[in-house]
Amino acid sequence: MSYLTLALALIFVLIPILLSKTLNLGLEKDTIVAVIRSTIQLLAVGYVLQFVFDSESMIFIILMIMLMIFAATHNARKKGVTIKGITWKLVSTYVFIEVLTQSILLGFHIIPPTAQYIIPISGMMIGNSMVLSILFLNRFTAEIDTHQDKAELILSLGGTPKQAIHKQLITSIQASTIPTIESQKTIGLVQLPGMMSGQIIAGADPIQAVQFQLLILFLVLTSAVVTSAMLGFLSYPSLFNNRMQLLKNDKNT
Amino acid sequence: MTASNNTVIQLNHVNYFDGDVHILKDITGSFPEGKITTLVGPSGAGKTTLFRLCNGLISPKSGEIYIKNKPITDYEPTTLRRNIGLALQSATMISGTVFSNLALPLSLQGKQLKEEKAKELLRDVRLDEEFLYRNVKDLSGGQRQKVSVARTLVNRPKVLLLDEITSSLDRVSQQDIEELIVKINQKYRTTIIWITHNLQQALSVGDYTWVMMNGEVVETGETSLLDNPQDERVKQFVEGVNV
Ligand SMILES: Nc1ncnc2c1ncn2[C@@H]1O[C@H](COP(=O)(O)OP(=O)(O)OP(=O)(O)O)[C@@H](O)[C@H]1O
Ligand SMILES: [Mg+2]
Repeated sequence: MSYLTLALALIFVLIPILLSKTLNLGLEKDTIVAVIRSTIQLLAVGYVLQFVFDSESMIFIILMIMLMIFAATHNARKKGVTIKGITWKLVSTYVFIEVLTQSILLGFHIIPPTAQYIIPISGMMIGNSMVLSILFLNRFTAEIDTHQDKAELILSLGGTPKQAIHKQLITSIQASTIPTIESQKTIGLVQLPGMMSGQIIAGADPIQAVQFQLLILFLVLTSAVVTSAMLGFLSYPSLFNNRMQLLKNDKNT
Repeated sequence: MTASNNTVIQLNHVNYFDGDVHILKDITGSFPEGKITTLVGPSGAGKTTLFRLCNGLISPKSGEIYIKNKPITDYEPTTLRRNIGLALQSATMISGTVFSNLALPLSLQGKQLKEEKAKELLRDVRLDEEFLYRNVKDLSGGQRQKVSVARTLVNRPKVLLLDEITSSLDRVSQQDIEELIVKINQKYRTTIIWITHNLQQALSVGDYTWVMMNGEVVETGETSLLDNPQDERVKQFVEGVNV
């Protein structure tokens, strides 16, 4: 595809902007920002990837992954500012997900140890983990807020912090992972997953594309459940102090 | 009041703040063991906050709390809270049945509540057995209060902190609960500290009374003080309530 044809694709940007203007949806500014950002970000990533692939150096691969983790943390931490030390809890979760998935993939020779495989899969894993952590943190902070009285009831009867928060924790883990599990049930029936579509368009054998997509789906499943559970168990202790008192949940970081 | 050997809870110059708001101001006083002390005072006086301090749900910003002559911080929080039982003003329930609420204190310790025992608890608070497997969502405010009191009793606490446990009850149920609490006090020598807006109730059940206003303890002594308050503000409060 040439840049000229890509430029023609901008027609698809004009449509939402015009629609937004006529219907007063107020989406013009966000749409333009989104288009500019995605163009710059993806082009930059393209060049960086090309460079990393050519260099064939593990150092650059690791640097790329660290960059992804940094960006994901930066994005997700806003949702959990009420939880003390959320930054490090997120970083640990992403690092764990990355190490877990890559060591299985590389350890069992499911994928070859090249940048071409490691980087896109890491991107999908960390990206997915980021979305899950945002879903989880949103739900968890809301659950704590609405059910503070129940948590305190359990504490007042001699329960431990873990017992006091258990219900909210489980609800939040379930709620954040259900969309992933549900969407996998209908996958292929309604829409073809993006990566598989991309591979098919690029000329790959559909069966091979499907195999790869299945691998990714299973990885996404793991990263979804592990992210929520790990983040949950890392987060809840910081809601209490060492006297087993529920800390007041206000603007403090 | 001064500290003595039969003091179960002793507070020394206790201050509590919420952010910048001074909620409890230099509270000093003690609760005698095995007695019923009532805590009265207008809304927002800080009565519930005092209970939360005694149960260890919050800690004072300054001052000390002693439980049986040992600093409250010497106790393991879960042990403390089982021994200083709190019946919350809001009668908060966990979702589920009446039985699961009654079983909660034991299930937190990995133990089970026998159905027979649960029925006995319901009888004690004058709630019909048929409520045992009702969903707590379907209970009235008063029924909820009864379940809440029964649930607090399950841990057999040495001190019972009762926060307005009869405010939504009819006259008869109210008297039943009063009798129950007095009976527990006499039978097990359980120390009772009872917040109430009902001065009649304070007079009929209490040995001692604290009057709190605006974050301060303004008068303490034998409950009869309510008949003849020394403090001008207390006089006004008592007359206002009785009107
Ligand atoms: N969790 C809290 N956060 C902030 N302020 C609180 C909190 N709990 C109580 N307060 C404030 O502390 C003051 C004392 O409240 P408290 O609940 O102890 O009063 P109370 O004497 O129990 O009143 P009532 O008779 O209405 O139950 C009130 O001004 C209240 O607004
Ligand atoms: Mg109160």
